[in-house]
Amino acid sequence: MATTIDKMSPPPLLPQPTALQSFGLWLRQPGFLTATPILIFFLAGFVGPLVIVLGFSFLPERTFGFHGEWTVENYVHILTESYYISFLWSFGLAAATVACCLLISYPVSYGLAKVFGRWAAPIMLLLVIPLFVSENVRLFGWYILLLKGGGIFAGTAKELFGLETGTLLYSNGTTLLGMVYVYLPYTLFPTTLGLSLVPKDQVDAAGDLGANRFQIFREIELPVAMPGILIGSLLTFVLAVGAISEAKVLGGANIVVISHAIQHEFTYAQNWPLGSAISMFAILITGTLVIYVMRRLDLDRLLGRR
Amino acid sequence: MGEDTPILQIKGVTKQFGKLLAVNNVSLDIVDGEFFTIVGPSGSGKTTLLRMLAGLEKPTGGDILLRGNRVNDVSANKRPTCMVFQSLALFNHRTVGQNIEFSQKMKGVPRAERRERAMELMKIVRLPEDYYAKSVTKCSGGERQRVALARALASDPDIMFFDEPLSAIDYQLRKHLEVELKDLHRETGKTFMYITHSLEEAMVMSDRIGIMQAGHLIQVGTPDEIYTQPLNKFVSEFMGEVNTLAVRRSADGKYDCAELSMQLAAPASTDSSETGYLVVRPESMRFLNDPSEADNHVKGSLFNEYGMGSRVQYHVRVGDTMLVVEKLREQAYQGNIDDDVIIGWNVKDSVLVGD
Repeated sequence: MATTIDKMSPPPLLPQPTALQSFGLWLRQPGFLTATPILIFFLAGFVGPLVIVLGFSFLPERTFGFHGEWTVENYVHILTESYYISFLWSFGLAAATVACCLLISYPVSYGLAKVFGRWAAPIMLLLVIPLFVSENVRLFGWYILLLKGGGIFAGTAKELFGLETGTLLYSNGTTLLGMVYVYLPYTLFPTTLGLSLVPKDQVDAAGDLGANRFQIFREIELPVAMPGILIGSLLTFVLAVGAISEAKVLGGANIVVISHAIQHEFTYAQNWPLGSAISMFAILITGTLVIYVMRRLDLDRLLGRR
Repeated sequence: MGEDTPILQIKGVTKQFGKLLAVNNVSLDIVDGEFFTIVGPSGSGKTTLLRMLAGLEKPTGGDILLRGNRVNDVSANKRPTCMVFQSLALFNHRTVGQNIEFSQKMKGVPRAERRERAMELMKIVRLPEDYYAKSVTKCSGGERQRVALARALASDPDIMFFDEPLSAIDYQLRKHLEVELKDLHRETGKTFMYITHSLEEAMVMSDRIGIMQAGHLIQVGTPDEIYTQPLNKFVSEFMGEVNTLAVRRSADGKYDCAELSMQLAAPASTDSSETGYLVVRPESMRFLNDPSEADNHVKGSLFNEYGMGSRVQYHVRVGDTMLVVEKLREQAYQGNIDDDVIIGWNVKDSVLVGD
């Protein structure tokens, strides 16, 4: 015979932990405990110095220890004197670098993610290998290539074609070239990851529903790959804002980028508080931008967890 | 349908990937308005065939004619056909409404008009109106199915292709959606071409069924024809659980069955070969009180019984062979496991097929 089951009353609710108890439980999680060494290292090695720099930025000019009155004069200094030009150069060059990197990356990433197949791994390796060489060494490679008269480029042009070329060095274009060259991988790899998330089925379906090649790009590929593209752009932008060697080596210090200005204040000018203030200002602007972009990103989806 | 004008003609279509012949010289005419299902195990080339018809792959041989025009070189976005993918391929970064409107947006239909059409389609596929602005990632399996259907219908295609869209859905919902799909076919009057690996699913919905095996289209017929006259052992076994007995023709017109070590009576076969298979469906098998009650009978012992809701299935062991008998629950066998039983069937309920 079939039996029926009595409807049971729901079990009584357990008392909910207080906020403090929850926090205590959270601290005792294995995840938090195992992360503790790294956390201490991070606090001492990264947050600590930053706090010191933050402190210095509020000290009077040319002080070398934590004594003297707190002041905001360094920040006023930045805004009233010509430092804003350095900010504009740095952010402008970084934006131009991102734009150029994206233009170059997209087709290459598309190839890596969708076209090259089993050749993608060796090609990727070729793109990664230069990263094992220090940035400065690579920039001096360009320097030798572009040097006036004695440079590889100029020498070859003169020897083979009898062409006299002026110097290609020491222009803002060359600075940009160096930055695009150095930071390209940081755009390329996240973009490739983003594009590899575009399901072939969806591209097929869009085509089947009447979309042409450009419409597929605009409606499917670009929006689905957008998290990767954004991360790549962000990474490149943040690194490029802090770039210094390109402008010094290839640009011949034609322009003073923000990191150059900071370096100048800490070394030659011996004005630690002003250098600290410029640093904090740069961090503030970049940080705001990063947080703004990150809030719009779905990292879980990019990493394939959903 | 009226006169049977073929909307789609497939003439000797072949697709070769490297050395593999995925689709091998398939010819078929699809009648305007019919529900045609291609059935085959995975790897039989059915999906490749469908992708060629939709324009997502190019045939390496043969011709595809749509309303008499050769469309081999017409790309998918220019063909008046639409496909519902196995994965559904919904645009997860878009809402239900945006998914349904996609084809019309590509054509440049104004927003208001698109929306109106989307609402209409959502009603047809039974999606609540407030789903319009919902993200497709927040929809359940069945709802996603309906979105995919509505999206394909929105482009108002001449032919709708379905690539196993129900394969990942649980049994109950699948049964429900099969019926809905068949009703939708009736309501829209469009030509549906469906692919599945389940002949059972094909039986429910189709006007005609084509069976594919290793790239070949081996049998085409109405569900009834396929059911009662399977071409060969492969088709008959594909149909679900059947009793297949290897037999050899003997001099007196009867057939020797080695595995049961006995002679069996079999229906006339058009096939002139010496050997073949005698196929008996489980529901044609009966428990006999007396051997004379059926044309063929075998003695065995009841190995086990399996309740299947409205029916009961029995496995009867005869020597090393297991025969399957199926009864309606009301006509269940009254007895115990390990009983010695006599089972039998009539010649008219069996089919003799080739390899």
